Amino acid sequence: METRSIMIVGVGGQGSLLASRLLGNVILAKGYDVKVSEVHGMSQRGGSVVTYVKYGDKVNSPVIEKGEADVIISFEQLEAARWVPFLKKGGKIITSVQKLDPMPVITGAAAYPEDLIGKMREKGIDVTAVNALELAEEAGNAKASNVVLMGVVAQKTDFGEEVWQAALEQCVPPKFLELNKKAFELGKKAAE
Amino acid sequence: MKKLLLGNAAFARGLYEGGCRFVSSYPGTPSTEITEEAAKYNEIYAEWAPNEKVAMEAALGASIAGARAFCGMKHVGLNVAADPLYTAAYTGVNGGLVIAVADDPGMHSSQNEQDSRHHAIASKVPMLEPSDSQECRDYVMEAFDISEKFDTPVIVRMSTRIAHSQSVVDCGDRQEKELLEYTKAPQKYVMMPAYARGRHVFVEERTLKLTEFAETSPLNKVEINEGTKKGIITSGAAFQYAKEALGDSVSYLKLGMVNPMPVKLIRDFAAKFDEVIVIEELDDVIEAHCKKQGVNVKGKEIFGYIGELSQTIIAEKLLGKKNEMISLDADIPVRPPVMCAGCPHRGVFYALSKNKITVSGDIGCYTLGAVAPLNSMDTTICMGASISALHGFNKVRGAEAEKRSVAVIGDSTFMHSGMTGLVNIAYNATNSTVIILDNSITGMTGHQQNPTTGMNLKGDPAAAVNLEELCKAIGIKRVRVVDPYNIKETESAILEELEADAPSVIISRRPCALLKYVKHNAPLKTDADKCRGCKMCLKLGCPAISMKDGKAVIDHTQCVGCGICEELCKFDAITK
Repeated sequence: METRSIMIVGVGGQGSLLASRLLGNVILAKGYDVKVSEVHGMSQRGGSVVTYVKYGDKVNSPVIEKGEADVIISFEQLEAARWVPFLKKGGKIITSVQKLDPMPVITGAAAYPEDLIGKMREKGIDVTAVNALELAEEAGNAKASNVVLMGVVAQKTDFGEEVWQAALEQCVPPKFLELNKKAFELGKKAAE
Repeated sequence: MKKLLLGNAAFARGLYEGGCRFVSSYPGTPSTEITEEAAKYNEIYAEWAPNEKVAMEAALGASIAGARAFCGMKHVGLNVAADPLYTAAYTGVNGGLVIAVADDPGMHSSQNEQDSRHHAIASKVPMLEPSDSQECRDYVMEAFDISEKFDTPVIVRMSTRIAHSQSVVDCGDRQEKELLEYTKAPQKYVMMPAYARGRHVFVEERTLKLTEFAETSPLNKVEINEGTKKGIITSGAAFQYAKEALGDSVSYLKLGMVNPMPVKLIRDFAAKFDEVIVIEELDDVIEAHCKKQGVNVKGKEIFGYIGELSQTIIAEKLLGKKNEMISLDADIPVRPPVMCAGCPHRGVFYALSKNKITVSGDIGCYTLGAVAPLNSMDTTICMGASISALHGFNKVRGAEAEKRSVAVIGDSTFMHSGMTGLVNIAYNATNSTVIILDNSITGMTGHQQNPTTGMNLKGDPAAAVNLEELCKAIGIKRVRVVDPYNIKETESAILEELEADAPSVIISRRPCALLKYVKHNAPLKTDADKCRGCKMCLKLGCPAISMKDGKAVIDHTQCVGCGICEELCKFDAITK
């Protein structure tokens, strides 16, 4: 199988590390070669963060470059828009509708662009937009938006329910497991 | 047993399986997780040292005592540990000694883009360079064997993309390594001139033997693809990028051992091709070696010296291929990293910014005080430089500068190398003001314990350095503690200490808001009727506060109720 490339993007602190760990374990369980690449450190402090997930028969480079991503999963609208140049022609975006003002918008040096999802669709991009934050709060904790989005991804892909459940059990600490399973289900339903 | 492991976790797995017994490191992105993961194995003793020099000396001591030992650091950390490294090269080892150095091409989380291979060459210590997680595990185990066989420390060079990429690793069991016998051997371990001269002869002979080893070691792999006219010499992450961009259209010599490098192997490989290209990140280390051996290669004239490589850079430069991409009709504002909501550093930087104080900065989360809207930092150089550079600055500019400038440094950075700078201020007398931002943790690298926190790497209680007593013992008479959530108190303390005709230390004490044990207050709210839209609260640069329709609003998912904005608002528009 040719290598598939998925990007998980968001704002530092939104939980992209857990999301990528889940996806990585699901892919590993399906027997693919996989690389998950993330950057730790300074950018995690409220900055724009990105994780690359690549899988197939044999993965070489751990990074995804402009024009290479099959899917971009985003925790925040502006971040989805920022990484659009990395999407392949015909690629898909799954994004939460959450908006977080970056510092230049907070200080008034820049404006948060209007109707980003509309603008992405204008370019022919297949965009799935969900309110992951609201669903995570419904599940019991705003921090579970990452797992809500993974529920959406599970619904849109065919890795199979079993491997997702196993990955959740492996990656989420037991005391948060129930909450995260609920968040996952809500994500799946939202994408039906 | 196959596992998906971060390069750093695979490195730790190699330490475990290779029978490592002792680990001492100082955290630094992208090397930190090696030591954190190693600490999870009960069979390995692991600790955070106050700095990389101490860590390497401790690891060398453990090696001399007969244990397989390890120390890890980022690239700039190896500069701090360069002193023991260059002499450990002479003493050699007893138990195997492996050193990790993690370079950061692209400077994702670093202050420079140095290429640590130069340290390996200059210190005459062998260096291995893995290109994925499996090789991280395998090379570490091999490094221990090389270390003991050739009586040398071995450096394993990581880089951001190898350290922080997860890939599949086939794991095995631990090989238990008993302590080797320790025998007193002053000619080997006492590096005074008479003995060191003898060891230098040994080092040069060792390098010849290691070069011989490199000619045939499976660490250096040749991959000939039939009918190809171009040969690529590469290593580490660059190998992965080259494979992805060029596939089977070229042949490869992948160097797993980047110091010393083979000679005959490279000549024989190069002789097979019309053209040989070296693909390496940062400096022209492999290229220079090839040219020195009379092998005609191209490298930096194509790729340059700056930043990370990638498959697209290689495809573009060598194949003239460019990916198609989609661009949106929108201006996307940048999203730089910021201090978190509730960050205890914020109050200090607000006070410094408001009073236009010259700030000699340091390495940590608080370096973010340099960016808008706080814009409150004049210099950031390296670990500990805030204090020592402030002393030099004040010495030449005199009392005027002393009353308008401070150094800011975190608790961990102060223990690392700030203390000695403070000794210099006391001893050589400038009336400098030093602010220790004590957030009770090593923050930027992701919450590591340090000698001030009262806990060790394994999570057990430990002796805690008392910063107030330490500063007093150094000779600073004016030492005071403030709570940075109290802006008025913090500001007046800074202004008073700047005026004082004596050196002073202000300890700004408040644990990092992200620490699990820190209890948060309920998020604050704004009252739209009372808010006049003056934007005073925006001067704090808090990511939880923004303007909507001319009024300040607080994002309840981010706000931790620290109350600094409430303190600042003149119209009581911010409430609990």
